[in-house]
Amino acid sequence: MAMTPSRARGLLLTPAGLWYAALLLLPLAVVLIFSFGERSPIGGYAPGFTFAQYANLPARFAAFRNTLTLAPIGTLAALLIAYPLAYFLAVKVTPKWKTLLLVLVIVPFWTSILIRSYAWIFLLGGKGIPALLAHLGLEDIRLLNTPFAVLVGIVYGYLPLMVFPIYVALEKLDKRLLEASADLGTPPWRSFLQITLPLSMPGVLTGCMLVFILLMGEFLIPAILGGGKVFFVGNALVDLFLQSRNWAFGSAVAVALVVVMLVVVALYSRAVKRFGATRDDTGLM
Amino acid sequence: MRLYALAVYAFLYLPICIIALFSFSEGRSAASMQGFTFDWYLRALKNPFVMEALWTSVRVAFLSAFMATVVGTMAALALTGMHGRVRKMFDLLVQIAVMIPGIVIGIATLIALVTVFDLVNPWFEPATGWKLSLGTGSLIGAHGMFTMSLVVLLVRGRMETLDHALIEASSDLGATPFGTFRQVTLPQILPAVLAGFLLAFTFSFDDFIIAFFVAGAETTLPIYVFSSIRRGVTPEINAIGTMVMVASLTILIFAQVLLRRTQAQPRR
Repeated sequence: MAMTPSRARGLLLTPAGLWYAALLLLPLAVVLIFSFGERSPIGGYAPGFTFAQYANLPARFAAFRNTLTLAPIGTLAALLIAYPLAYFLAVKVTPKWKTLLLVLVIVPFWTSILIRSYAWIFLLGGKGIPALLAHLGLEDIRLLNTPFAVLVGIVYGYLPLMVFPIYVALEKLDKRLLEASADLGTPPWRSFLQITLPLSMPGVLTGCMLVFILLMGEFLIPAILGGGKVFFVGNALVDLFLQSRNWAFGSAVAVALVVVMLVVVALYSRAVKRFGATRDDTGLM
Repeated sequence: MRLYALAVYAFLYLPICIIALFSFSEGRSAASMQGFTFDWYLRALKNPFVMEALWTSVRVAFLSAFMATVVGTMAALALTGMHGRVRKMFDLLVQIAVMIPGIVIGIATLIALVTVFDLVNPWFEPATGWKLSLGTGSLIGAHGMFTMSLVVLLVRGRMETLDHALIEASSDLGATPFGTFRQVTLPQILPAVLAGFLLAFTFSFDDFIIAFFVAGAETTLPIYVFSSIRRGVTPEINAIGTMVMVASLTILIFAQVLLRRTQAQPRR
């Protein structure tokens, strides 16, 4: 007996639907519910309905402040470093080398960020760059466990994610526009500002949003390179759930984090509508 | 411009090379290079804690990737060419799963599972003799939920570029839906499915943040590495890190080759 197509579809979708229900929707609902609850005396969660946890959010102000300053700065720094490289790859490189060079950008991104980040402990630690700087007469420069170290880790970790969308946008750019512009006597820098840059904006926006969103939830880089002094919301969450076991307050912090993220995504989609990009332009796979 | 690119590539690869280089150092210090030896690799491979963590990681990565690939491919098949409310709902679920930070997935899964287990165990344990707790199962569930979404995106991307005339021709010629799937659809989407499996495997194998919350008493390799770093980096950790990177790279290059071969690569 043949099944109707819609029944077959239903059967095919059921396992995925159940999986999402049990381990995505239920957990997110629990976080939302717990965020209105109270901390039980032994840690964990006690039922309740209160806004006290949200009112208490300023207690973790430093974590939000660090995240909301270092994440945009890190995103911007990654953009400034990534754009010229993406431009080089899209415009200057011969097709023969292009694939290899692109793969070389993406390879680090797909290996463990944990291992890549701790390498910077060596580079930024006493025997690394500070020792080199000491040779140049700049004594006593501490780099490890500073905001700068976290920033370096951020840029290093997420650079590939920024290069790819910009590359995809620049690659699509119609080179004849630039030729026409040159034929009409426009200097290259003006062609860049008036043609290349605006047309690559969708890629720039996608890259910035991807990096920024991932940075908002970052835990590892500040934990490894910030030495407990430069902490993000992610580090506060680990502390609240695994050390002090304050689930209700932790849930409120998590909800606040997701809300901030959603605001960023909403701003992104509005910006994208202006520039007419699609979300699938990341080119990461 | 070329020099600039060279500098960026150096920035990207210097840290990786340093770890690999220091892993061969004879000295006890992890942050310098003295002599040359493979001892740290041997030592890591003989360390029972490392091997146990490795085994947990491999088991979790394999099972979660396998389940995510099967379930994700099924969902992608159903979603292709589908319209209406259910499709919209699934698209939203996939998007949420991919967008929500790993750390939020981690804590949400942790508190939801602990709460459910606490509710269920008082009657489940006497009835079956089993006590539900966090561990391999929750790791597989949480990793698979995320990687299933990647598989859906990848396979659906491939499905959309398929020649649907072939599928119609097959059923017009009297093939059963399953026969059509096995003989027409599957061979065409297989590279994307395999690539999905490999990506899912690597994600799970490399993941720290979700595992940190839902692993319970289990230790995966990234958790082992993280807690070791907290105590101070040793050359042994450098050796483990180098092996992990080489392993993930091999798998990913394989995945890339598979994706390239399908041409009209489903990009994300």
